[in-house]
Amino acid sequence: MKPVRGWSDRIFIGCLTLVGVAFALLIIGMLAADLFFIEWRNFLELYEKPEIRYATKLTLLSCLTATILSLWVAVPFGYVLSRQNFPGKALLDIIVDIPLVLPPLVLGLSLLILFQTQVGRAIEQTLERHTGWMLVYLAIPVIGSILFWPLLSGKRALLLVATLFLVIEAVMIGWVGPQLKPYLNDAFGTRVTYGIPAVILAQFAVAGSFAIRTMKVTFDQLSPRTENVALTLGCTRAQAFWLVVVPESRRGIVSAAGVAFSRSLGEFGPILVFAGTTRMKTEVLSSTVFLELSVGRLNNALTVSMVLVGLAFVILGLMRLFGLRSKPI
Amino acid sequence: MILCEDLLIQQGSFSLGPLSLTIPTGKYAVLMGETGCGKTSLLESIVGLRQIASGKVIVDGVLVNRLPPAQRQFGYVPQDGALFTTMTVAENLSFALMIRGVSRREQIQRQNELAQELGITHLLSRMPANLSGGEKQRVALGRALAHRPKLLLLDEPLSSLDQKTRSEMIEILRATHAHWGLTVLHVTHHNEEADRLAQIRFRLNKGILMSEWTA
Repeated sequence: MKPVRGWSDRIFIGCLTLVGVAFALLIIGMLAADLFFIEWRNFLELYEKPEIRYATKLTLLSCLTATILSLWVAVPFGYVLSRQNFPGKALLDIIVDIPLVLPPLVLGLSLLILFQTQVGRAIEQTLERHTGWMLVYLAIPVIGSILFWPLLSGKRALLLVATLFLVIEAVMIGWVGPQLKPYLNDAFGTRVTYGIPAVILAQFAVAGSFAIRTMKVTFDQLSPRTENVALTLGCTRAQAFWLVVVPESRRGIVSAAGVAFSRSLGEFGPILVFAGTTRMKTEVLSSTVFLELSVGRLNNALTVSMVLVGLAFVILGLMRLFGLRSKPI
Repeated sequence: MILCEDLLIQQGSFSLGPLSLTIPTGKYAVLMGETGCGKTSLLESIVGLRQIASGKVIVDGVLVNRLPPAQRQFGYVPQDGALFTTMTVAENLSFALMIRGVSRREQIQRQNELAQELGITHLLSRMPANLSGGEKQRVALGRALAHRPKLLLLDEPLSSLDQKTRSEMIEILRATHAHWGLTVLHVTHHNEEADRLAQIRFRLNKGILMSEWTA
């Protein structure tokens, strides 16, 4: 009897590969066309302009902040969605996905409207007037003391962190606080709408959704057994989470960070509506592309686009390096 | 002594019990039954990972029903060992002691003691991903014994091992039981394990638990 496997298998695999290659060619073609179109001497000229440098700096900083915020929300939220059952979970699951399917302009508009409500205005005013106060008496002592946490171990760690918090708080109240407060308020106290916080919030709204999705899938794939064993060995749920679950989900966390950063990098619509595209204020690289294109400077727009492409490559490379290529677990 | 009285386990459409079992102190009990009959659920209820609908779990005269798993102080080895993959073998072994705030010196002492007894001293610096099935189970056993539990619960610990390794592990379990004077509840569907280890044998069949003394 003839063997079953043969040419038909090769044709089948060949057809599948062809589809993939066609898609890859589309992407490579687009990028190659961009590269050939650019005048490279324009690149350095463009990057001497202060507004482009500002946009690059703001892009990197805002994307980084949005990524940290996204992880901050995604790790606990992804865990709850993956491990716990509670009434309304299905609804919450759908709500998380809304920013992914909402048209970007609608998302920006919704954020803008949110900050026109009474609650939104109250937040605006608080940030504008009390940022210095909150940084000096809350954020600096809390972050300062928590930073020392990894250096401490054992039963007394919590006590030492609390003591450190009180020491920093005392220094703030008695010594540097009053001088630092107005300075920090001038430097960081700002309105949300049409300000830098709006840029970050617009990026976070979408990047957070992607990060939560990634983290939920990560926790779904992790067996709850190791966590259960940790509980029987004497851990509280929190200890099992920090000591076992978080280290085991590190690859997922790197992926979530990569996804959040790259989403933030490409964010444009919500930023345009919610933060505006004011030069030297709320302009990020994606809005630079739009601004340059709108005044007909195609080459500038392309040059900046290639910088974004380069950044995307760096992130994908880092994700591969630290995420997927880490030791098999 | 472990005493389970009228344990009723209910989760969704799954229901098991009421079941009662007694294991005297220092005895090695083996619980057998078909796949899917609820052996693991019963074990998880005793260890505290699964809530029971009604009934009592009493260990040495103390009712532990409402205690979280951490406070029950049992040793537990799940099916595949479930080692902590981001920690070395040594860190896995001393995990329970680290959680209890035991000094580093004592942790290392206990690590070495367990490693020697289980024949895994040469593995201490390795990561779990680089261990064979039998080695993983020895580490999982050592990790469960580190905090000197009175009761050891084993959920099909040898099911994924080849015949030779299983035989070795049976000897290790027998020696460990004798050395520490542990009370053990071992879940399995292998007759060989039951024949060689059981002092009391339980059989769970169609929701009914039967017991017989074999030694």
